[in-house]
Formats: sequence, C-alpha cells, structure tokens
Amino acid sequence: MAGWPILSLTTFLPLVGAASILVIRGEAEVVARNARNIALWTSLATFVLSLLLWAGFDPAAVGYQFEERAPWLPAFNINYHMGIDGISLFFVLLSTFVTPLCILASWERVQHRVREYMVAFLVFEAAMTGMFCALDFLVFYLFYEAVLLPMFIIIGVWGGARRVPASLQFFLYTMLGSLFMLIALMVLYLNLGTTDIPTLIDQGHTLSRTTQIWLWLALLASFVIKVPVWPVHTWLPEAYSEAPIGAAALLGGVLLKVGGYIFLRFSIPMLPAATDILAPLVYALAVFALIYISFVVFMITQAHGSLRKWVAYATLAHMGFGYIGMFTLTTQGLQGAVIVLVSYGLIAVALFCAVGMLEERAKTSEIAKISGVVRTMPIFAFSTMVFILASVGMPGTSGFVGEFLVLVGAFLASTWLAVFAATIIVLGCIYALWMYRLVIFEKAERADCSGFKDLNLREVAIVVPLMLVILWIGIYPDSFIHETTTTVANLINHYQTALADAGSITVTLH
Amino acid sequence: MGMELAAVFPPLLGSIIAGFFGRWIGVMGVLVASCICVVIAGVASIWLFYDVALLGHVRTVVLFTWINSGTFSAPWALRFDTLTVVMLIVVTFVSSAVHIYTIGYMEKDPHRPRFQSYISLFTFAMLMLVTSDNFAQLYFGWEGVGLLSYLLINFWYDKASANDAAIKAFIQNRIGDFGFALGIFGVFYLFHAIDFGTVFAAAPTVAAQSMHFLGYEINGLTLCCLLLFMGAVAKSAQVGLHSWLIDAMEGPTPISALIHAATMVTAGVFMVARLSPLFELSPTASAVVTVFGATTAFVAATIGMTQFDIKRIIAYSTMSQLGYMMFACGVSAYNAAIFHLMTHGFFKALLFLAAGSVIHAMSGEQDIRRMGGLWKLIPTTYIMLWIGSLALAGIPLFAGYFSKDSVLAAAYAAGTPVGAYAYWLGIVTAALTAFYSMRLLFLTFHGKPRADHHVMDHVHESPLVMLLPLAFLAVGAACSGALAYSWFVGDGRVGFWHDAVLILPNHDSIAAVNNGALPAWAENLPTVVAAAGIFMAFLCYIVWTGLPAFFCRTFKPIHNLFFNHWYYDILVNRFIVFPLLGLARRVWKAGDGTAIEYLGPKTLVAATQYFGQRAVRLQSGYVFHYAFAMVIGVVLLVTWFTLYR
Repeated sequence: MAGWPILSLTTFLPLVGAASILVIRGEAEVVARNARNIALWTSLATFVLSLLLWAGFDPAAVGYQFEERAPWLPAFNINYHMGIDGISLFFVLLSTFVTPLCILASWERVQHRVREYMVAFLVFEAAMTGMFCALDFLVFYLFYEAVLLPMFIIIGVWGGARRVPASLQFFLYTMLGSLFMLIALMVLYLNLGTTDIPTLIDQGHTLSRTTQIWLWLALLASFVIKVPVWPVHTWLPEAYSEAPIGAAALLGGVLLKVGGYIFLRFSIPMLPAATDILAPLVYALAVFALIYISFVVFMITQAHGSLRKWVAYATLAHMGFGYIGMFTLTTQGLQGAVIVLVSYGLIAVALFCAVGMLEERAKTSEIAKISGVVRTMPIFAFSTMVFILASVGMPGTSGFVGEFLVLVGAFLASTWLAVFAATIIVLGCIYALWMYRLVIFEKAERADCSGFKDLNLREVAIVVPLMLVILWIGIYPDSFIHETTTTVANLINHYQTALADAGSITVTLH
Repeated sequence: MGMELAAVFPPLLGSIIAGFFGRWIGVMGVLVASCICVVIAGVASIWLFYDVALLGHVRTVVLFTWINSGTFSAPWALRFDTLTVVMLIVVTFVSSAVHIYTIGYMEKDPHRPRFQSYISLFTFAMLMLVTSDNFAQLYFGWEGVGLLSYLLINFWYDKASANDAAIKAFIQNRIGDFGFALGIFGVFYLFHAIDFGTVFAAAPTVAAQSMHFLGYEINGLTLCCLLLFMGAVAKSAQVGLHSWLIDAMEGPTPISALIHAATMVTAGVFMVARLSPLFELSPTASAVVTVFGATTAFVAATIGMTQFDIKRIIAYSTMSQLGYMMFACGVSAYNAAIFHLMTHGFFKALLFLAAGSVIHAMSGEQDIRRMGGLWKLIPTTYIMLWIGSLALAGIPLFAGYFSKDSVLAAAYAAGTPVGAYAYWLGIVTAALTAFYSMRLLFLTFHGKPRADHHVMDHVHESPLVMLLPLAFLAVGAACSGALAYSWFVGDGRVGFWHDAVLILPNHDSIAAVNNGALPAWAENLPTVVAAAGIFMAFLCYIVWTGLPAFFCRTFKPIHNLFFNHWYYDILVNRFIVFPLLGLARRVWKAGDGTAIEYLGPKTLVAATQYFGQRAVRLQSGYVFHYAFAMVIGVVLLVTWFTLYR
C-alpha cells in the first residue's frame, strides 16, 4: 500500500464514477437505474478506500501521514500537498461514510435528471474529501469553493417549490464568506511567502498580534456565514427546506462541520495569539447560539413547524459545543470537540434521512401534518428514538462522549462557561422529547397517519449503519479518541510553545 | 469473572431477546426468556452477596476502555463491595418479582414484549449504576434508568396524561443531572481523576482546597457534593424537584413498584452513600442533605394523609421514606440509610404490587373513596397489604421497625441541630405514616362497598402468578429487618461493611446509638407514635367515620394546604413559569428578526393561542416549561457574562 497516492485516490475516485455516469447512454429508465447504481457503488468503494486510511493510520506518529506532494506552481512556491492527521482522518471518514447513505436516501425521491443529480453528488463528495485532505491552503481553498457549485446546482434544480431563490441566497451568502477566506489566504501568502499549511502552522505565530487578529476575524467571517453561525444564518432555513433530502443531509452532516475544521486546522494553530485573545468571543457566540437556538427549535416545535428546519437548527445549536471544546485548548475539550463534530455529523444525517422518510409518506415535513406514527411505523419510531437520544447526549450513544468531554474541558477553562454550556443537558431534551411526542406518540386530530407503511429494506439499510456507528462511538469511543491523541497533544504543545514565545500565559494540562 | 458478569448482563440479554425476537419466539417465549434472565442475575447476586459481604472478597472487574482522554479515564468496570451487593439483592429480587407479576398483570396488553424489554433494560441500567466504579459509569446508569423511567411512564402512549408525566419526569430529572454533571466536572477539576478509588483516597488531602466557581471562592469538596446532591434531589424526589414522582403514577403499576419505589428513586440515596468519603469531609453538604431529607419526609407525609388515589398515596409515602433515607445519610448513618433502603424496597414494592392487585380486581379503579368492603372478596391481597402497611408503619418485628428506628436513633444521637430537626420531624412523620397507611387499608377494605355493583360483581382475586411474587415480597417485608439488623447496624456491621462506606469516628452516630447514647424515651418514641397513628386511623375510619370530615372543617386552611400538595405546582407555575414564559416570548420576539421572519408572525400567534389552550387543558401545569424558565435566566446571564469578561 505504501507508495500509493491513497489520499488522491480517495478524493478523485468519485470523479471517476461521475465520469462513467456521464458516458451512460440508452433509455431514460436504464440510464437512471445505472446512474444510481454506479453512484452507490463508487461511493461505497470510496468508503472502503478510506477505511484503508484508518487501518494504516499510525496513532503514535507525529505529523501528517499518507503525505503526497507535487509541484504545482513552482514559481510561486505553491504545491499540491495532501496529508491527514488524527483530526482530519475522521472528517474524511465521515464524508465517505455518509455519502452512500445520502445517495440511498435520494434513491426514489429524485426522479428526473437522475444522471446529472448523481454526477453532482459525486463531485460534491470529491470536493468534500479533498478539502479535508488538503495540506496546502490554496488547494484547500479550491476544494472549499468546489463544494459550493454542485450544491448550488442540486438545490436549484432538484429542490422544492422555492428552490431558485433558496439556491441563489445560498450561493451569494457562501460566496461572500469565501471572499474573506481568499483575503486571509492572500495576506498569509504575502507575509510568509507560502501557502503550505504545515509551514504556515510553524511560522504563523511570528506574525504580529494585530495581523493575527485581523486574519483570525477574516477566517471567522468566512465560515460564520458558510456554516453558518448565529446571527448570519438567514440562508439556512431556506436552503434546508428546499434542498433535496440527501443534499440537505450532506449539508447538515458534513458541510456544517467545516467551520470546526477551519478552527482546528487554521485559526488555532496558525494564529495562537489571536486565539488566546478572542476565545471569549467564541465562547460567548457559541453559548448564546446554543441557548438561543434551543429556544428557536422549541418555538418551531410549539408552532408545529417544519421538521427540516427543526433538524437544521438543532444541529446548529450543537455545533457550538464543538467550538467551545476546541477553544478550551485542553485534551478533553479538543478530543471531545472532534467526537462532537463527527457525532453530530452522523446524527444530522440520520435525522435528515428520517425526516425524508416521513416526507415520502406525508408529502410534507410540517409537524402539523404528522402525528402518532409509532402505531404504524414501529421500526421508524425505534430508530428515531436512538437518534434523538444521541442528540440529547444519552450515555451509551456518541452524543454523550463528545458532549461530556467538551464540558469537562469547559469546566477546566472556566466554570461560567461550563455552567452555561451544560444548560444543553436540560434544553436539548425539552425540544427533542417534545417533538418526539408530537410526531411519534401523540395521536392528534390534526393529522391522520394511519396509512403510513413502516421502513422498507432500503430505508433500513440507511438507518442501521448509522445506529450501529452511533452506538459504537458511545460504547467504545476509544477506537476514535485514541487516533486523535498524538495530534491533539501536538496541537496543545504547539499552541503553548507559541504563546510562551510571545510571553503569554500557559494553561495547566490535565 | 463469570459470576460478576452473570449478575449484571443477563437482563440486557433478556431485553434484547424481548425487544427484537418477539416475532419469532412469541409472547410466551419473551416472558419466559426475560424472567429467566433476571432470575439468573438474582441467583448470581445471592452468591456475590455471600462472597463479598459475608466472606469479604471485595473486588473490581475491569471490562474494557470506555472514555479515555488525557487523565480523564473511565473504563467499563464492575465494582463489588458490600454496598453494591446489597443493592444487587434489592434490585434483582424486586425486579424478578415484578417480571413474574407482570405476566398476570399485563395479560391483556397487546404490547407485552415491549414492556418486558423495557423492564429488563431498566434492570440492566440499574445494575450498571450500582456496580459503577467511576463517576462516568454512574452517570451512564443514572441517565439509563431515567430514560427507561421515561419510556415506561409513557408505556401507554395513547394517554396524553402519560405523555405529559413522562416528559415532566425526564425534564425534572435532567435539571438534577445538570447539577450532577457539573459535580462530576468539579470532582475531575479537584482530583484529575474520576474513578472512585483514586478520588476517595485523595479526598482528605483536598478537603481544605477551595476553588473558583462563578466568581465565588468556595470549598471545592462542598461545592462538588452540593452539585452532585442536586442530581440526588431530582432522582430521589426530594422537595423542590419531586412532583414528577407523583405524576409518574400514570405508568403501569408494576413500574411504580419497580422503578418508583424500590430501585431508581433510591439511586440518589445510594449515590450519597457511595460518595460517603466525600460527604463525610463536608459538614456543610451533610447538613444540607439532612435538612432536605427531613423536610421531604414531613411534607410528603402531610400530603399523603389527605389524598384519595391509592397509587398517589403510596407514591407520597415513598417520597417520605426517601426523605428518611436521605437524612440518615446526612447524619452519617449511611448504613442505616441503606438498611432502610433495603427493607423499604421490599415492603414498598409489596404495597404497590398489592395495590395493583386491588386495581386489577376493581377493573382499574384507583380512587379509595369508591372502594371499601373488599376484604372478604380478595383476602390474600388484603393480608399482603396488611403486612406491607405494618412494615411501613414501623410496627415491631416487621422490617420497617428495625430500619426506621435505626434511622431515627441515629438522627437523635448525631447531637447536631440539624440532627434534632430531622429527629423531631421524623417522629411526627412516623405518626403520620402509620395514620395514612391504615387509612388506606381501612378505606379500601373495610366499611360498606362504595363502588357500583357492576364493579363489585367483577371483583376477583388475582391469579397465582401475581400472588406468588406478593408472597415472596411479603416474606422480605416481614423478616428482612430482623434478619439483617445485626449486619447493617448491629454488632456485625464492621465485618459486614468492609469500608464500603466511610464514617469518620467523630460522626459515627450509629456507634453512639450502640453505645447507649440514646435515652429510653427517644428509643421507644417512634413505636409509640406509630401505635398512636394506627389508633387514630382506627378511630377515624372504623369507629367514628364522621371524624375526618370534622377535622377537615375545623382545620380547613391546613387541610387545604396538604390536600393541594402545598400548592407546589400552582406556586411554581404562577411565580416562576408564567412570568418567565411571558418574558421568554418577548425576548424571542425581540431577539432575532430573521427567525421571526421565517417562522412568521402568524405562527407566533398560533403558538400563543396554543399556549393558551394548553393552559386550560393541562391540569398538571406547564410541565415542559420548567426548564424554559431556566433558559431565560441563562440568556440574561450570558449577556451579563459577556459584559463581565
């Protein structure tokens, strides 16, 4: 296996699948069937490839693994540089794992232009994976932008009734975000003469404090819009309501996590002085978002609103947890943050797929039109219960491990932070159980769901893997936490050394 | 290692079989499989009790890594010391009885496999809780039993009241868990470890250490103990976070016996006893525990005296007895607390199951005003209820006599002001307890039948499969006190406990009692007042049935206070929930234009109307709004926090 450019293979294999879908010829029905199958099998093959990454990953090794480097713009000292560490490994795995499930979720929902849809989907996967493997800022930026196009097309073409404004809004907002990142990229290049991420991490702390703060804010602005973070989340409800369900799941499951990834990959290691100063800003934003959005989700539930928005907002509220964890710069906080991001990726995908299944039956995602489905869909009720419990952090599920570790880190950093963040223990379960009651238990007059059929084999094939992985992380999280140990220790070490050089404070390690 | 696993994991297996394989093995297969699994755990527990408590082979079995991050290391591990094996006996015995009883009680229910699966899974979670070797696993069991309690209260999900009660139980418990979790973080902050061994060993060295918490400088151990105790307040239904337990009576009666009497609600007491090495070092926390416990015991008994729903009376009595256990922990009589926990497990499960048998006989009727004259029709159940009631009242020779007297004696012997507070409230409560248990008995079984003849015609004794578990528990309720007295609090206690709980020599109230620190009057007073209570009930409900009405008229304000649950729900709603809810809506409205834009003003109006309708409909108040109230507080605090930084 050594010597194989396995990261590039994982990244570009979906493009091979996309190309082969494009050359299919024949009757519409045959094309659609083949396109679906090719997309599914390609994404499964990609997932298997990424498992090889996990198998070959050495948790004790310092630095990046599976590195690939090729000159790209030698005149400007810019290279094609790929590589992963213990943190990006799981983002790659998350993308490759959920893509086949999202393709399955779109299996019957997408009926026209299936070929194009699947091509867009695979391109999206390639861009996502590449983004997490990139070790050159410019390469990262290109993938980061490449994610945008297929999603724009998917929402615009296969979306719901208001798809065109939704996709435009999505596109404009995220373009605006990218602009900030481009500026940050250019400033870094002009100051340090390279876009190589490891080099930038090494030298970033030599920048003046003011420069660091501006760069930090630019990076924040870029993903605050793209992820999004409250209060610039206006595009989100629209996009999530209009996107086809598989795309919404990928958007919520993977794309939302990019913000956390940027923090971990760029802001914290490259700009330690700024991180040190601005951490309270992140805490305040995250805690406020956590509580405020819990509020909004509760109001959506009360008003019998859309389940898609419900899931989108609920995921958003939990993202704050990831940010809190990483900025505590403690072992527990950082490792917890990685688990939180991965875990909520899975939960978001699971919940979006579950909403999709209800939509296929009820033709709407409004709580007002769905009630009491446990009577006809016990398997669905059971699996959704598992996902809901994971989202409220029930021990034994993935949600607990991440949340608990983040809170431990938060407590070490500041008891204020821990107390505010821990309110999610109560808040999360209020809206989640209330929604579950309305949709699953309560047999209300507002909606008759007695004709619904329980999950079919394809749908079971979506929920079972998700359930198993969620329980796996919950019961034996060491398979995941262990891989991140060295990377996290390095990150903390690097951060503290950099701060010490700048004559700043140090944090005691636990 | 086989026995240790056999004591914990068979119920999990039983749950999986019942939950997933019912389709293939049929209802009978499910029932048999789940009963066998839990009985296996019971047998293994007996062996472990013998080996650990009597022979002194204390041990910990490490299974595999769970959470391991830096020094935050929590493996899956099973700890077996005397405290654990006593709990194992209580849990597996009561659970076995309930599993078997259910075969008869739920006979006509179409969802029996689901029910069996839930109670087996509950048993597993409870076993994980009592065998935990670190705080994280304790939290796992803690949350696990809470979840199963939610699912089981909501078992009959067609009832809206069951939905409400289930969510209320979960949320009130989560408010407690909020503190509990923070307590765990605090422990990690102080000790850099969360396994019991390390923490307990290091406790004396950090006893004087203070820490910053929300801008205050507080003794670290006291803070942790108080935060952890917040979890116990919710889980063990102490005043303040107790109302869920009463509403939880919406669930099937076997659940009330298993979860809301014998096992889950005692988890808070267990936790305080388990953490005795921490609580012992914090007199402040112990005093708080004592005051909470004594107040709970008294308040619950006063309400129990005036209620008419047979299950709710027993629920209040449970709450009251939990108060006894809690203040016993507060005066460092952990072993007496666990003793009372054990005897209470037997007689309270017996009372609930016997009450279930009455309800079964009365075609679902739960109001004791519509019962009466049943004793000739269901004599076995009648005798069972007598045994349970005498044990609860603390009549000599029955189990409750030994344990309750130990608790009260310890409170007196503690010699502290809070100890005296607990003792005197405990004495009054003992009289009230005897009174309301007999009141229930007399109203249910004696006098003229007050039910209509359709119901009376159908009154029948329960089948043998329900009566046998009753008989089994009755033996426990009658004998377990006399049998175990010496082990728990008597002369054999040192050889029995093997340091499973830590009691500092200068706090050892039980030793003081055994050394004769108690005057004769203080020792006999509980029995005297219990007898007085029984006599009073006899006067009121057999001899002179006009008396209760006369008392109610004469002491109308007091009766109203008790009858209306001390106005708890009303006060909480009026002074906390409603104002904050109004504020919440305003903050939400003003807070974020975009969210409103998307949800739309129309939706807001609809939501407001919806709130209004619910206000009328929900008799139990705005259950889910408790925490909503917290939200607002938190939002304000965040604002302040950002300014403060």
